[in-house]
Amino acid sequence: MKNLVEVKNIKKKYGKNDAVKGISFNIKEDEILGLLGPNGSGKTTTIGMLLGLLKPTSGEILINGQKLEENRIQILEQINFISPYIELPKKLTVKQNLTVYGKLYKINNINERIEFLSEKLRLGGLLNSITGELSSGQKNRVSLAKALINEPKVLLLDEPTASLDPEVGDFVRSFLEDYKKEKKISILLASHNMNEVTRLCKSILMMKDGIIIDKGNPEELINKHGRKNLEEVFLKLSRSKNELN
Amino acid sequence: MYGLFLRHFYLITRSFPRVLDLVYWPTIQITLWGFISNFFATHTTYYNNAVGVILTCAILYDFLFRTSIGFNMLFLEEIWSRNFTNLFIAPMKIGEILTSLVATALIRALIGLIPAVLLTSPLFGISILDLGIFLFFLFLSLYLFGITLGILVSAGLLRYGPSFENIAWSTMFLLAPFGCIYYPIEILPELFQKIAYLLPLVYIFEEARNILINQTVDIQNICYAFIWNGVYFVLSIALFYYSFNVAKKKGTLINMGE
Repeated sequence: MKNLVEVKNIKKKYGKNDAVKGISFNIKEDEILGLLGPNGSGKTTTIGMLLGLLKPTSGEILINGQKLEENRIQILEQINFISPYIELPKKLTVKQNLTVYGKLYKINNINERIEFLSEKLRLGGLLNSITGELSSGQKNRVSLAKALINEPKVLLLDEPTASLDPEVGDFVRSFLEDYKKEKKISILLASHNMNEVTRLCKSILMMKDGIIIDKGNPEELINKHGRKNLEEVFLKLSRSKNELN
Repeated sequence: MYGLFLRHFYLITRSFPRVLDLVYWPTIQITLWGFISNFFATHTTYYNNAVGVILTCAILYDFLFRTSIGFNMLFLEEIWSRNFTNLFIAPMKIGEILTSLVATALIRALIGLIPAVLLTSPLFGISILDLGIFLFFLFLSLYLFGITLGILVSAGLLRYGPSFENIAWSTMFLLAPFGCIYYPIEILPELFQKIAYLLPLVYIFEEARNILINQTVDIQNICYAFIWNGVYFVLSIALFYYSFNVAKKKGTLINMGE
């Protein structure tokens, strides 16, 4: 499997503060990579750099073999992003929002694409609803539809199931598993839901203070740190500095 | 580009209060200035040959104001709706974002202005079309300056984030005294006159008065307005690109909704 995402020693400094201190990783085709870490560990900064919203202080990012810095627009056509912290225009209907983003991503058969996604994501009855009037679970599925409107090769997910009830959360996870398998896409998943990460990810990066402090598949990490589950591993690694001190 | 235009088109057409807001203020403004204009026309000698001078200038100024505010509003709408990040991760060049906002701002300004202009004839017996073919050049010049101000403010929003929002509302008020919208430039103190001559506004409004009062056309005024517009427009575009690059370094783009 080829690497769709290659991150080579990227650093990000805000003034004197080192938000990311030189991290490298790859994401293969048909792989979901979990990005874990406590708040302030550099996850959002890393995602921002992968989206081209932040310029790394140094280092290089390649998406599908192209340098992000030099091919921003071509790369943005191949990636997409979902986060509970960004929303779609609330006053527009679901269909209008998806049409707008279909146009922005230069999709040819927008109606067919919307139809396909609405069927897959159970949005059929919601297409003419006002986006701002939907429940958080429905909004989440609409955001996911927007994130898939361009059939991205790389999908960046920041807390994709935050604030969802267990049923909708499970539906979204199952959908992501199936979609990844079917389309062979690469997914970067930043999440604080350890069960979700254990279920979806074959490999995990643990970040803290701007560096990758550990990596491996969930089982390896659990065994290596002698813990019962990933949540305990997360807690151990998050608190490790204090323990050392 | 069309997608971004479509996003704002849907927003306007879905919301009656938004359309009302676009039409309401220009209509009120122009009705008010229509009565003031009538009063001055009957009580001063300066305006007695050109009843519609003040009202025409009010309409021109309102077009400028609506264009500038319209552009800022389009940008602010994205911040308020927390849609900003979605837009900046869409595969659009900065030039495409600006072009679609510029086109949409024109439509917003015209939605507000056309009904107000249509009112002036039956209410006050005045037609802005008295400016003839030169009306087009004056409008074009004002439109250019309006979007230039909009781009400058948007550059500030990119650079400093939503805290720059208050500046968005006040830019036009800062420049209005130097624009000589309702009075000739000679009214200004000498220092202010020097500043005013560095803005395209003074040439536009002086020329509108010149056409209506003296019934002559000074092409030089129109040319100066376009030259200054060109200078500020290029500067604003350069500043917008610069702000975008600074925002990418400082992280403003990912924290825009906060």
